[in-house]
Parts: sequence; C-alpha cells; structure tokens
Amino acid sequence: MAIPLSYNIRNLRVRKTTTVMTALGIALTVAVLLGIMAMVSGLRSALQATGNPLQIIVVRKNSPSELSSQVAREALSSIRYKEGIQKLPDGEPMVSGEIVTVMNLPRKNSPEGANVTIRGVPPTGVKMRPEIKMVSGRWFEPGQREVAVGKSVAARFVSASIGDSFRFGRGDWKIVGIFDAAKTAFDSEIWGDLNQIATDFNRNEVLSSVLVRAADPIALEALKNSMADDQRLYLEGKAESDYYAAQTSSARPVEFLGVFVAVIMAIGSSFAAMNTMYAAVARRAREIGTLRVLGFSRGSILLSFVIESLLLSLLGGLLGILLVLPLNGMESGIGNNVTFSETGFDFHITGQIVAVGIGFATLMGILGGLLPARSASKADILTALREL
Amino acid sequence: MRKYIPFAFKNSLRNKRRTILTIASIGVSLFLLGILIAVYHAFYFRPGPPEQALRMVMRNRVSLTFSIPEYYEAKIRQIAGVREVVSRSWFGGLYIDNRPEHFFPRFGTDPERIFKVYPEMTIDPDQLKAFQSERTAAVIGKTLAQNQNFKLGQKITIKGDIYPIDLEVTIRAIFEGTADSSDNVMYFHRKYVEEGLPEARKGMVGTFAILADSAESVPRIAREADEMFRNSDRQTKTESERAFQLGFVSMLGNVKLFLLSICGAVVFTILLVSANTMAMSVRERIKEIGLLKTLGFTTGKVLAMIIAESVIIAMIGGLLGCLLAFGVCEVMGSAFQVMFGSLKMPPVVLLISLGVAFAIGLLSSVVPAYNASRIPITEALRHVG
Repeated sequence: MAIPLSYNIRNLRVRKTTTVMTALGIALTVAVLLGIMAMVSGLRSALQATGNPLQIIVVRKNSPSELSSQVAREALSSIRYKEGIQKLPDGEPMVSGEIVTVMNLPRKNSPEGANVTIRGVPPTGVKMRPEIKMVSGRWFEPGQREVAVGKSVAARFVSASIGDSFRFGRGDWKIVGIFDAAKTAFDSEIWGDLNQIATDFNRNEVLSSVLVRAADPIALEALKNSMADDQRLYLEGKAESDYYAAQTSSARPVEFLGVFVAVIMAIGSSFAAMNTMYAAVARRAREIGTLRVLGFSRGSILLSFVIESLLLSLLGGLLGILLVLPLNGMESGIGNNVTFSETGFDFHITGQIVAVGIGFATLMGILGGLLPARSASKADILTALREL
Repeated sequence: MRKYIPFAFKNSLRNKRRTILTIASIGVSLFLLGILIAVYHAFYFRPGPPEQALRMVMRNRVSLTFSIPEYYEAKIRQIAGVREVVSRSWFGGLYIDNRPEHFFPRFGTDPERIFKVYPEMTIDPDQLKAFQSERTAAVIGKTLAQNQNFKLGQKITIKGDIYPIDLEVTIRAIFEGTADSSDNVMYFHRKYVEEGLPEARKGMVGTFAILADSAESVPRIAREADEMFRNSDRQTKTESERAFQLGFVSMLGNVKLFLLSICGAVVFTILLVSANTMAMSVRERIKEIGLLKTLGFTTGKVLAMIIAESVIIAMIGGLLGCLLAFGVCEVMGSAFQVMFGSLKMPPVVLLISLGVAFAIGLLSSVVPAYNASRIPITEALRHVG
C-alpha cells in the first residue's frame, strides 16, 4: 500500500523556507548546465543550418579552412568546365571563386575587438545563396569599395551600420546594406565585391576557395572525386554542410567546462538535498512510527521519502528551467577555431534541453533522497513512537 | 569572544551527519569556485615572466591574418629605446594529419635574434649554434618534445597550407621556457621557408616581437612604431605582449561574463545551502537559546555564538575545498593550459576563496541567528522543536 502523494506535498509546504532554499540550490545547478547547453545548441544550429547539401567547398588539399587555403585563379576555369555542375538560368555554371580573410573590429561590449570574416564574392556567389535576403540597404556594386554586413555583425560590432565605413586594404569601405542570412554562419560575415577585394589586397592570382553547386547528389560525389584525383590542381572538395557542421568543435572547451561545473555543483546540491531530507526524517520520527502502526510497510515509507525528495528536486528543476528560459533567443558570439573569427548565434532552448534539465534534477533528487529514506524505513516502531 | 568558540564548535558537532554533509557541500562548491577563480586569474591577472613587461607585438592593423613587410624591422630598430626586434611568422600547415593531438604552433623566425628577444627561454649554447648554423634546422620547446616524443636529430615534414610548400626540418635544439610561458612550440629559419615561395610573396612576415629597454618606454615605442607606418598601405598595430595575448582571450567570446556568471551561481548556491543548514539547526535549538538567556547570556552573545558556529562550518568546508583545488591543480594543472601556462592556485586565489567561505558563513547565519536571539525567553522555553 502506498502513502498518498498529497502527504509529501503537504510536508514540503509545511517547511516552506527549507523547501524553497533547497529547491533554489538545485535550480541554480540545473540552470548552469542548461545555460551552457543552450549556448552550444544555438551555435550548433547556426552552423548546421549553413550550407546547401548540393554544394561543395573546394580548398587546397589538406587545408582545414578557407582562410588557410589558396586556390590559383587559373584553377577556376578548369573547375567551371567540369561535368555535373548546375547552371543559372542565364547558362552560367554555379561556380563561385571567393576570397576569405579576417579583420579585427571593435565589438560593442569589448574594446579589444574580435575578428570578423570578410568574404569577397562574385555576383554568381550571391545568386548561389538565395536564402540570404537584404533587410535594409542594397548589395555592393562591382568595382566599388562597398560591403554588405550580416545581421549579427551589425548587431554586435561598433560602427557596422549602413553609412558607416572602415579602413581596410587601400581605402575606406562603405557599408551599403545589411543582410539576413536566416541565422546561418553568413550572418557573422562581411561581404564585398570579389575583384575589388582582390585588387585591394594584391590577391588577383590567388583565391581562397571555390563554391560549386552540383546538379544532383550523384554529380556531387563525382565532382568531389574528380577534384581529389586531379593531381595538377592539388585541391579537395568538401560538402559545404559538413564543412560548417564540423566547426561546432569550437564549442568543445565551453561544453567541457559546462559539464565539469554542472557535475560538481550537482554533487554539492545532492549533499544539500540529503541534509534537508535527513532533517525531514528526523522531524517526523513519530509520524513514521505512526504510519508503521497503521500498517504501511517499510517499503512504502522508503518510497514515500524518495518521492518527496524527487518532488523537491523536480521543483528545483522546474525553477532552473524557468531561470534559463529568458536566455532563449539571446544573441551572443563565440570564437570559431576554424574561421579564426567570431560566429554569432542565438541561445536555443530546445525540448531536449528541458528534458535533460528534468533528468538532471531527478538524478539529484534520487541521490539526495535515497539514504535518508532508507534510514526512515529502518526506524524501529517503538523507539520512533517514543521520539519527541 | 574566544571562550565561546569551543562552545560553538561543540554545537556544530552535535548533529554530526548534518555538519559533515554541509561541510562536504560547501567544500565541493568551494573547490569548484577555487578552480574558476584560478582560471579567471590566469586569464586576467597572472603576471607573465618579468621579460614580458618589456615586450610588444606588432601585427598588421587589419588583423593577424595579414602580413607586414620584413623591411619594417630596420625602421623599428631606429626608434629610441628598442633593444631588439625579431619576426615570427605563423606557418600553419599539417603535421601527419589534422587530429588535434598532432597540432602544435610553429613559426618561421630569425635564428640569430629569437633567443635575444625571449631571454627567459633557456637553451644550451652548443645546441643554439647547431640550430643557427643549419638552414633546415628547427628548435623546439621541452613540452613539445615530450608531447610529440620528438628527439634531437629527428626529421619532420610539415605540409604547408598558408605557405604552399612542404617543409622538411631537422630538430637540432630543445629549449626550456619558464613555468609561466608554454614551450609547446617549434621555430625554424624564416629564410628557409621563403626559399620555396613565389617572388611576389617574399619579404613578408607575420608579426614582430619588439624588446624595449625599460617597461616605461613600452607605450611610447608602440605609439611611435604605429605612427611610422600610418601612411603606408600596410598599417600596423603594436601593443604590449600581454594585451596581444588578451586579444586572443577576447576572440573566444565574452569569457569574463561567462566565468563571472558561473561563479555567481556557485556562490549563491553555497549561500543557500549554508543558510538552510543554519536555519534548520537553530530551529531545533530554540528552547536551549531560551535557557542560555535565562542564565544571563545577552542577545548579542547568543547571536555571536550562532554566527561563530556557522563561520566555523563554512571555513572548514572552504579549507577542504581549497586544499582539494590546490591538490588537483598541482597534479593535473599542466593538462589545462590557460594563457600559455599551467592552471595553478596562487596564494591570492586561495585567499579570495577562503574570504568567500568566511563571508558565506557570516551572511548565511545572520537571519536565523537574529530571529532566534530575539525570541522572548518565555516563548523560547515553551517551544517544541
């Protein structure tokens, strides 16, 4: 026979202060874990959303990133005539040779600044990414020192609005537009005309990467293979989506620290929950004796106290989830170890993260409740009844 | 006051299990807090080797990924107060494969000057000569030698990416850095790297490390150096080596806010735990407090005794936590490199952590102690716990 749940709820309510304090401790522990998970999941979703599954990024063989890669401009023409490349309506193959570089800009909340990726793109490159929409202003004109900035750059960096300009290369570059890249990594980039950027940096002969759209998945594999086989070009093609997804590794140190902190805090909070539950058991010694006299078994008393501890920790878990909810959608940025610049992202609180929070709180409740519940169930009826 | 401490101590022992659990909870949390403060300290407050105060780093103003002309070196040398200049160019590339365990930083540099600008890196004079006299020689730090199991005389190939050449070098010397600067690094001759480059890319370097004659002249030299190249199409940014390193921290994201918010959550959690314990133990003792007051103890003395008990518990937890953090850093600190050095618990971090423990003991007991000490005697004696 089980002791009714309302008995536990009433007991938690009687010791309001203790209940709230213990639950808050658990809440903070859960909040730290979930906050960091929300951060990593936000970054992951930004990076995983980037890249068309039919596109490959061609870089120099062994180059881990576009930034360290070099592709001779002559190679572009031999890539253009490969088979299986999708064509634009005007018959132009979807091949975009691009220059990627990095500029240090002062960030709004830190004067030390952070690195931002600058991408020189030809008109085809813009057409190949139709998901990117101008939200204000216009695209840059070819042959002009003009750039368009991603939404995240405009939000996080000083003087990155339309009309502002910055010195870079051989002159001042004017910001003429802000684009929305649908929460992909491109939101953290600054785009300008390929040829103007190449001229300003004496890079007319060398590109960073070439983006190629295949006609279908089979053509994609064929293109990748033909790229790898061409010893003369010394290039390799990577699926664009894989290239960006792999950058999630940038969050690994944060993830590691987050799990470390959460596990240690959980140990501390379990001890605290244990304390609270032992106090609850001690206070109710006579009650426990009475329950036993009424015929409740040792097992149901054990279960009842574990349930009470679980209720306490679940309350904490819920509070913890409430504490991190305001973080959802908050803009932030993290250093990306592949692009050597900052990738902006929004905190994402997903159903999975909420579930982890509940699970984590449950674990603390069981750890904290088991021993006190055992000692309650072991109490001898006569001694228990004689307790004050 | 002193004679009440044994009383407070005895009191904390009467519910041993509760006291032990509280101490354990505070101890574990303070261990965590200690480690976090140590990381924060390493990022923002740890002094580098004394030579660091004399050094600056010059890079291209746009960003580190852009190079600067090598001929700037001779011009920098003319600035008053500059003792030595050396170029360092990040080579990048691939050693074996792109697994993180095979990654280590490697730079092309000037073999005659690198050890003059970094005098804290100690090297055997014969090995230094061997490194300087052979075009394809490389010198590595002790940590790198250990991590990759590199031996003197070993040949290594690095496949280039930023530099489109495959570099083959022979390890001729191993140097040792100071405890606070990581020596997980490889240097080779800049000239050797340049041999394989197309004509258009020759004569460029990544950064210059500039050694000043005194720490006072560092800001002036940095200003004058940048002024010198203001009108060229490769403008520069010169900053102290410390500021340069902090630039890397800032690139990671808002590290300060991240660490501080976790620290805040940890402190608040300990405060809750400790306050809860004190509230529970005071509640059980109200009758006794009435008795103490009957015997003539003043409200203030009762208050002091309860606070003392709480502080004792928190300090024991704090001490244990700090000891644990110290031990972990001593044993495993070298596995966690923060800002070019192993993670350590310097005395100031220990002091701050213990200070936090003390403050928590104090704060957490104030409310329960105040409430308990103000209950009228008659009511307290009638109280059923």
